[in-house]
Order: sequence, then structure tokens, then C-alpha cells
Amino acid sequence: MFDNNLRGMIDKVKDGRMDRRAFVKRMIAVGLTAPMANQILAIGGVAMAQSPNPYKPTKRGGGGPLKLLWWQGPTLLNPHFATGTKDQDGSRIFYEPLASWDVDGHLNPILAAEIPSIQNGGLAADAKSVVWKLKPGVKWHDGKPFSADDVVFTWEYASDPATAAVSSATYAGMTVEKVDDLTVRIKFKDPTPFWANAFVGAYGCVIPKHLFAEFKGGKSREALTNLKPVGTGPYKFIEFKPGDLIRGEINQDYHMANRPYFDTIEMKGGGDAVSAARAVIQTGEYDFAWNIQVEDEVLLRLEKGGKGKTLYAVGGDIEFIAVNFTDPNTEVDGERSSMKTKHPILSDPRVRQALALLVDRDSIKKVIYGRAGRATANYLNGPEEFVSKNTKWEFSIEKASALLEQAGWKAGSDGIREKDGKKLKLLYQTSINGPRQKTQAIVKQACQKAGIDVELKSVVASVFFSSDVANPDTYAHFYADIEMFQIPMTQPDPALHMRRYHSRNVATKENKWQGPNFPRWVNKDYDAAVDAADTEIDPIKRADLYIKCNDLMWQDNVMIPVMHRLAVEACSNTVRPALSGWANQTDNLQDWYRET
Amino acid sequence: MSQYILRRLMIAIPSLLGISVVLFVVLALAPGDPFSELATNPNVPPEVQAALRTKFGLDDPIYLRYLHWLAAMAQGDWGFSFVSRIDVDTLILQRLPTTLYVVGSSQLLALLIAIPVGVYAATRPYSLFDQLANTFAFIGFSLPTFFTGILFILVFSVKLDWLPFVYTDVPGSGIPWMLEMIRQAIMPVMVLGLFQAASMTRFVRSAMLDVIRLDYVTTARAKGLGQAKVIVKHVMRNAMIPVVTLIALQMPAVFGGAIVTEQIFRIPGIGSLLISSILANDTPVVMAVTFVFACLVVLFNLIADVLYGWLDPRISFR
Repeated sequence: MFDNNLRGMIDKVKDGRMDRRAFVKRMIAVGLTAPMANQILAIGGVAMAQSPNPYKPTKRGGGGPLKLLWWQGPTLLNPHFATGTKDQDGSRIFYEPLASWDVDGHLNPILAAEIPSIQNGGLAADAKSVVWKLKPGVKWHDGKPFSADDVVFTWEYASDPATAAVSSATYAGMTVEKVDDLTVRIKFKDPTPFWANAFVGAYGCVIPKHLFAEFKGGKSREALTNLKPVGTGPYKFIEFKPGDLIRGEINQDYHMANRPYFDTIEMKGGGDAVSAARAVIQTGEYDFAWNIQVEDEVLLRLEKGGKGKTLYAVGGDIEFIAVNFTDPNTEVDGERSSMKTKHPILSDPRVRQALALLVDRDSIKKVIYGRAGRATANYLNGPEEFVSKNTKWEFSIEKASALLEQAGWKAGSDGIREKDGKKLKLLYQTSINGPRQKTQAIVKQACQKAGIDVELKSVVASVFFSSDVANPDTYAHFYADIEMFQIPMTQPDPALHMRRYHSRNVATKENKWQGPNFPRWVNKDYDAAVDAADTEIDPIKRADLYIKCNDLMWQDNVMIPVMHRLAVEACSNTVRPALSGWANQTDNLQDWYRET
Repeated sequence: MSQYILRRLMIAIPSLLGISVVLFVVLALAPGDPFSELATNPNVPPEVQAALRTKFGLDDPIYLRYLHWLAAMAQGDWGFSFVSRIDVDTLILQRLPTTLYVVGSSQLLALLIAIPVGVYAATRPYSLFDQLANTFAFIGFSLPTFFTGILFILVFSVKLDWLPFVYTDVPGSGIPWMLEMIRQAIMPVMVLGLFQAASMTRFVRSAMLDVIRLDYVTTARAKGLGQAKVIVKHVMRNAMIPVVTLIALQMPAVFGGAIVTEQIFRIPGIGSLLISSILANDTPVVMAVTFVFACLVVLFNLIADVLYGWLDPRISFR
């Protein structure tokens, strides 16, 4: 019913019988958000709107220096080698994609002249090709003109396996061809509902062909431009010291009017999050600090009478507890947590459900995350169109105890439940990180009350998150009963996020634990829904499929969501950054200014 | 003498080789890998991770990797950082001036405090000055630099707002630039210098006391030499032998940076490079920095030995 209604409304907007704003408002009324409504409109055939830009300066430059503090400094400046957001943030100062996600989650043209839509002929109705028109007159920092050749080259560069670009997955499975100097066409093998992936956002940065042409493939490391970026961005490169400092100056030839505002830019690295927050909020030495995942209590204290404040951007990052479906304590063919085993305790859905009932999100939010977290029952928390309304979470020791009782786990003399002479004991692992250890303690306490003996284990983050095949303590080996960490959602489309738990991606010895499905959960309905969503071009059906995926995970308690985490940034009271939960913090740097 | 130095250098080569083997093996066996951040990123297909591992030789057996490293090192190629994909020597040279400036100044400050205070305290043992100097020295080296560093930040940056606590490479030149460079170095230099001065003062004092009671000093005094002359010419020169050892052995630390202090003040020195490379499992950088460190220790030991002979000719080179 909702489906038909929506279709009617999209048609009305198309015919001009309803204005876009009214549509967005009604969408919000039924529980969706503006970015989602706009994406629906776009794929439904209505050109995307751009949010009214609050940018005020009326001339280029004159804003003095902009001082950014990244407590993990960027270590390299080639966006296609970026090992983490810090590197993407650093590269993005100089390089630009065709479009980026703006503050409201709209697609905002950067190097593109316009956003492709069905009206302007950019989007094919079968979702198998996209035509991007490029902005004329754009120059690289060295004065050479930017053209379609650069876009095509960027695709060749990134998709070449020998280059070993981290963006290779984005560019595989498509061909990019030059139509004319200012037009490129992307052709997809299959219908691709999320067409705004290549050349958009962090991995979408276009690199200059004339400087990288010789360094495609095996010679990629040797390019001098890896260290001295020449891009099209608002700031020109001056100096780079890996892990420590990036300096840039205003690009007087920048292709957007009156931008950028600041004359120089400095991105300083190193130190820790708390002192970064202090340098921005308390002493005002810096204008902006990134990723301030610090206890809220500390931030509130710093904010008192300070020179800055914290800002929050809503994305889809989720902190969760994953449940192991295989037995970590039995070795089969030299492999623990093997697919040939079943978890002796957790394969009972009642036990998993009991565990989910023992995670006290309210306390965790109150004590640890504060403004930076939202309690949630969903694994998939955004954009709104993909967020399930069918789920709910509850904290109840009584209900959990009843479920365990039902499952045959009876309280022993020491208060720990037993069944067939076996104690109800779980190993709960996570990475070493203040908030995580505190969360562990809260969960352990509740479990204890319900008669579950929880043993806590914490692993150094650099080991826990490594892909080291030989190390049994990585999250992917999952040699524990439950484990907790965060998975960032890097783009406003759930495809990558949800594909991880497809059964073909189970992490095993065979794939050297590179498969991202570490709970080793296999569900045919889930697989079918993910596969279907990959090529479903009807946006509403597609959203339904992802909601179904989320609900399947919820029903099975594969992931017990703990917190929907927001990005926390520290910002001076005078600087007006343009932040989006769906983009890198430096993605809209051209729109930053200072209110004087 | 030159033969002695040559012989010592010959002995140094096998020990450095031994050190490099140990370092390499420890680093190779340490858990974690430089591409850990890629592992949680759904955009990065496992094939790319595997390709990177192969490309950077991470899948080769340890002995092969060591031989590669040794062969490259012998030709002056220090390898490149996995994380930054920059040559390691560039990375180290970028950081060295800052480390030398900050840590060097702090060592100088420590010496300027420790020698006069230690000497003066030794000439008047158990006087009020000596008691005070001792008390401060004990407080000084009982307080770790991470504590005094944060204390300084809270007092001088947050409360008084006098000094910046983020050390950065200020662009510019001339007098204002120099003043700014000095201003931002004050806190880290003080924190490090006072810590060093505290232990060094104790050392100088006890070395002086050992010598001051010897018969030849009494003889010198009996001959009617002035107090100042006795202390400077007869006592200090001999008392400085153990002090020189201490200073010489601390010189590698000047090059190696001060890990904790560099972290607190965000000083882009070797110490912070080492710690961030360890955290990122950037083995070539860790290997190079620690190896340089080992070379410096060997070198300064040699220099200390040579200085002994100059300070006290009774110690001959054999």
C-alpha cells in the first residue's frame, strides 16, 4: 500500500502537481528522512535537489588560516591508497570527486556539471549506465585542463589489480568511456541501483592522467605525485610530513565562485583524542578536530566556558556484539570455529535471545556514549529508507532468565546455570578501548544476574583488527563466543554493508579468514534478499529487501546492536564547517567559512 | 689509538648484525600487519589485501625477508614505509631536526642545571643547599614526564594561556618565526630537561663526593691552592669520567627522541614516528629506527671509551 502511494507521489512530483519540498515533508512524516526521500526521487526519475547552501562569504579568500587537528595524522596523500579515513581526509583537501554527499545527504556536484538524472538523460532507465557531464574550465593545480580523459584514466588506474588500489572494488565490474572531452559514460555489467558510487565520495577522487599515466599498475608506488598531490581542490599543496603535517594554500583558480574562504590550511596530526578536543574546545589553538570519540562527560566539562563545541554527524556506524554460530573450542581439520561445527550453547536461539535481552543500552548510553550514541535494535541504521521499523530491543533480566530456564539451563549452587553438567560460560572479546571495556563490564554484570558466567577478553586494537592469518586473536578468526566492535558504514547505500553476511563470505581457514562474515551465520533467506537487492532497481523494493535482511539478523540475534554511533567532531565557535554523516569530514571543505 | 678504534669498530660489525637479526625476527613474529585498517573496510576486496601483502613481500619466509633487507641496507636502501609508501630515510630525515632541537635543548638544559648544582652540592654535603637540591632531584625523577607534561599543559596552556601545547611546524622565517619556535618548545624542553637534570644532579654529586675525599685532593689543598682551583682542576676533571659515560650513553636518546613527551606535545620527532609505526605495524620504519638507535648506542660507547683516555691518561688504549 505504501508502495503504491509513494509511486503516486513520485509521479505527482514529476508532473509538477506536488512540489519537492511537500514530498520530502510527507516522507519525513512517514518516518523517512530527506536524503532518503531525495534518493527515492532521483531513482524514481526526478532530478536531485541540492540543499540551499548556507555559504555566506561573497569573495574568495581573506579568511586567514584554517587549522585542523587530526589526532591520527594522514600518512599518505593518494586517495586510491588511503588506508582509513585519515588518509582519505588528507587527500580530499587536494583531490576532488565528480560529486559528494552534502550536509543533508544530497548528491552535490563538484567536478560534475550536473547530477545525472533520468530527465537530463544521465541515468538509463535500466540502471545499466550513467552519463556524467563534467564542469568546463576546471584546471589542475599545475594549470593543465581537467577533462574526461582524467576520469577514464582514474578508472583504469584504480581497477588495475596490479595498482593494488584500495578503491578497486568500487571500479571493478564497470567500464568507463569518454564520450567527448566533457562527458563520460559508465557502463555496468548488471543493473546497478547505487550508481553514485564510482567517482563519488572518498574513493571517487579523480587523479590527473598527465602525472599518473606512467605509474599505473606495478609502478604505482614510485609516482612522485603520491607525496605531492596535484588536484583540482580548493587548496593547493605546499608541504606534507606523513603522520604529522599537511599544509596547503588557497587555489586562486578554484572552479566554484567565492570559494574557498580560508587563505591557508594546516592539518596537524598526532596525539590523542582528549587533548585534540582540549586544543579546539578549551584553548582554541585549533579550529576543528576530527573523530572525538571521548566520553561525553569529558566533553561536557571541556565545553563549559570554552572556545568551541562538539558537533555530531549522523551516519550508519554501528557498535554491536556478534554471536559465534560455530564452536570456537573444537578443532576440526586444524581449524577452530569451523563451519563443520555448531556452537554448543549459542546455536540455541533462546540463548541468543536471552543474551540480547541482557544488553542494557540505556545504561551504556548514559554512562559511556552520551550524545554520541543512540540505542538501537537494528544493525542497519541509515539512511532512513533502509531502517526497519519492525524491530525493538528490551532489557530484562527476568525475561532472559525465563528463556534460559526454558532452554534447560538450571541455576547451580554458585548461581551459574548448568545443563547436562556443563556450565553456562561465555568468552566475550573486544578490542582495547575505554568505552568498550566499560560496555563489557555492564553486559557482564547483567549476564551474571541471569546466571551466565562471562569471561572478558580484550585484544590490542592493532591485532584485533588485523588481517594477520597467523594470529588467532583477530576479530575474523573469532575464537570466542561473542565479540564486540564497530563497523563503519562508509557510504549511504547498504549494499556493501549487508553483503558482508552473505554465506559465501564466511571467514574460514580456506579464505585465510578474509571473508567478512565472521559470525559464520548462514541463512538462505538472507542470501536471497542480498542477491536480489544487488540488482533491484526499484528503490522501494530494494529498501524492503534490506529491511528484510536487517530483520532476519535481528530475529536470529546474529548481531546484538549496542549503539548507533554518531561522528563526533570538535569545532571552534566561529568556524562553520559543512559536515555530513555520509561523507568524509573534509568532503565539503570548499563550503567551510568563519563567522566573524 | 687509531688501531684501538679500528679494533673496536671491527667488533661492532658482528654485534650490529646480531642486533639486526634479533630485531628483524622479533618484528616479523610480532602480531598484526600494516593493512589492518583495510580488513574492516568492506570496500576493499580480500584480493587487494592479498596483492598488497605479496607486493610488499609479507608472505615470504622470514629468512628471505631478512636477507632482502640486509642486501638493500648494505646498498644504502632503507626500504620504504608500508603505511606511507615513502622511503624510510626520507621519513627519518624529516623528523630528525625537530628531535635534535627539542631533545638536544633539553639535554643541554639538564647539563646546565646538573653540573653546577651537583658540584656545588658536593662541596657542601648536607648543607641546606645540598638538602634542597636532593629533595628536588628526588621529586624530579619520581615524577614521570607524562605527568609533568600534562601538569604543565593544564597550568601554562589551559589556566594561564601563555604557551601553545601543540608543537607544529610554523611557516615563516626571521625573528618572529624564531621566537615562535622557541615559545612552543619551552614546555617540552622544560619537562624533559628537568627530568633529566634531576637524575644527573644526583649522579654528578656522588661522583664528585667520591673524588673530593681522595688524598691527592687534600694534598692539593695543603699546597695552598684555592678552593675553586682545587674543585675545577683537580676534582671535576676526574669526577667527570662516570658523568661522561652517562652523557655519552644518553646521546642516542637525543637522536631517538622522547617517545612519551613527543606524544603529549605532538612533536613530530623520531619518538612519535617510532610509536605510530609500531601501532601501525609499519615494520620497515620500526626496523630502521631501532637499528639506527642500536648503531648510535655502539658508536657512543666507543666515543665514551675514547674520552676516558683523554680525561684520565691512566686509562690507556689497548
